[in-house]
Amino acid sequence: MQNRLKINKIILFLSTAAAVIGILFLLWILLTLIVKGVSTIHWSILTEDLINGGIRNLLIGQFVMAGVASVIGIPVGLMAGVYLREYGRNMKLVNFIRNLSDVMMSAPSIVIGVFVFALMVAPVNSFNGWAGSVALSIMMLPIIISTTDSMLSLVPNELREAGMAIGGSKHRIILDIVMKSAKVGITTGVLLAFARIIGETAPLIFTSANSAFLTFNLNDQFPSLTVAIYNLANYPDEASRNLAWSASFVLTVIVLSINLTGRFLTTHKKRN
Amino acid sequence: MVARYFSKVSFMAAMTSLVLLVGIFLVLTIYALDSISTFGLGFLTSTDWKVGADDEGGVFGGLVPIVGTLLTTLIAMIIATPIAMGIAVFLTEVAPPYMVKPVSIAVELLAAIPSIIYGMWGLFYLAPILQAIFGGSGIGVLTAGIVLSIMIIPFMAAITRDSMNTTPNILKESAYAMGATKFEVIRDVVVPYAKIGIIGSIILAFGRAIGETMAVAFLIGSVFSFPKGLTEPTTSIPVVLANNFAEATDLELSSMFYLALLLFMISFVVIFVAKWYFLRGVHHAK
Repeated sequence: MQNRLKINKIILFLSTAAAVIGILFLLWILLTLIVKGVSTIHWSILTEDLINGGIRNLLIGQFVMAGVASVIGIPVGLMAGVYLREYGRNMKLVNFIRNLSDVMMSAPSIVIGVFVFALMVAPVNSFNGWAGSVALSIMMLPIIISTTDSMLSLVPNELREAGMAIGGSKHRIILDIVMKSAKVGITTGVLLAFARIIGETAPLIFTSANSAFLTFNLNDQFPSLTVAIYNLANYPDEASRNLAWSASFVLTVIVLSINLTGRFLTTHKKRN
Repeated sequence: MVARYFSKVSFMAAMTSLVLLVGIFLVLTIYALDSISTFGLGFLTSTDWKVGADDEGGVFGGLVPIVGTLLTTLIAMIIATPIAMGIAVFLTEVAPPYMVKPVSIAVELLAAIPSIIYGMWGLFYLAPILQAIFGGSGIGVLTAGIVLSIMIIPFMAAITRDSMNTTPNILKESAYAMGATKFEVIRDVVVPYAKIGIIGSIILAFGRAIGETMAVAFLIGSVFSFPKGLTEPTTSIPVVLANNFAEATDLELSSMFYLALLLFMISFVVIFVAKWYFLRGVHHAK
């Protein structure tokens, strides 16, 4: 009897210890980032371009590419999710697509970079912002598909039936009733997907590459915050490394804010 | 009319996943064809990576990055699995209710931090510490594996917790009612019930780790030779691609596509097995 309790205590202690160790390490990383970021950041960093030791063009570039990626990825992802949940009749096909989309979600991001390089960089022989955007949209697509799919599954069938009973056509029911009631969940999914791609580095290294200047010309190589961090951190001089830390700090603040906004939306809705 | 159009468009959108997947296989294979026809399967067992003198030809083999990828992933899994399991058990069974939510959110937020941040932290903070303990340069397989493990712990913990949460409360309560301790409930009820899902989660995390680029790129050293010890540098497939892809030409570029194809096939098989066989019906937080 005593033994059972002892084993229980030991195991529960080990599990708590694992949680504490894991969380301590992660806190260590966050604290480092905050300390290093806050001590190296300066307002001029946000108003100057990389060529003058700031990150303004990098931030704008990263957002432009993620924005273009969203313009491609969000509508396609939403429509695909609608097909899987509302139109798909052949369950074998639907489940197959679902699984493929899940596989795409975990596909190595560097491979997606290689794929887009072959399609959009090699033929024109120049890094370009379009390629970076497309690579990010491919990263984004499966996340949007999967959240739309699962959010639509939460909409009760009675709503759809009510729509049919008043003579609504299928696509009107989907747009005006089903999508509307799943709005918050889908928005959260979109925000989480955006937060994911804004911090991606690997698919951008040889698609958009990086630029030290502010540009909106997506046909040319394009400024990227994450690629710049990778390059800066590998330079030997202190100034570059410090800039890498400030840039990382800004990037993390952005990613976590978007992420938290998305989570807040869903919890807020549940409360009401 | 609009209705027809709407459903057609949604069908086409759903098919993009399939088109992309097939497209990636085809494009990588076509670009790798040069290397595949020159080296064949010998590519998998050859350790040479030498660019020809005239920039044409050369001898290329993928064994060093393949071994490097597997080695770092293996180290990461050995460290991450017990800790992630501990966190998952803690969150589902041990933690008092008021702690579950904040800790869960913390774990999920940490999974959202860009991997390049983990890599940079490893380079500037962990590497010097490991250098002081084990000697060497601080850069190498072990450092890369440890940082990779820290990076996948939140992901693995979150999806394992989701699997464990599928255990019906009534089963657990029945066991408690018979006088079982928490550990016995975990061992005899939760783990057997969620076993398949837990294995799937571990495999899925393996799939994530094997394709991870940025957390490893800073730390593995990017040297084209086998590591002589755990603290020695080597390279991995994603790192070769990240660092050398843009400058490669001709047969070397084709060999890089060969490596990318291998990585894609490995991760495809791993993830497909995890999803198809183990994780049916478990819906994970993203």
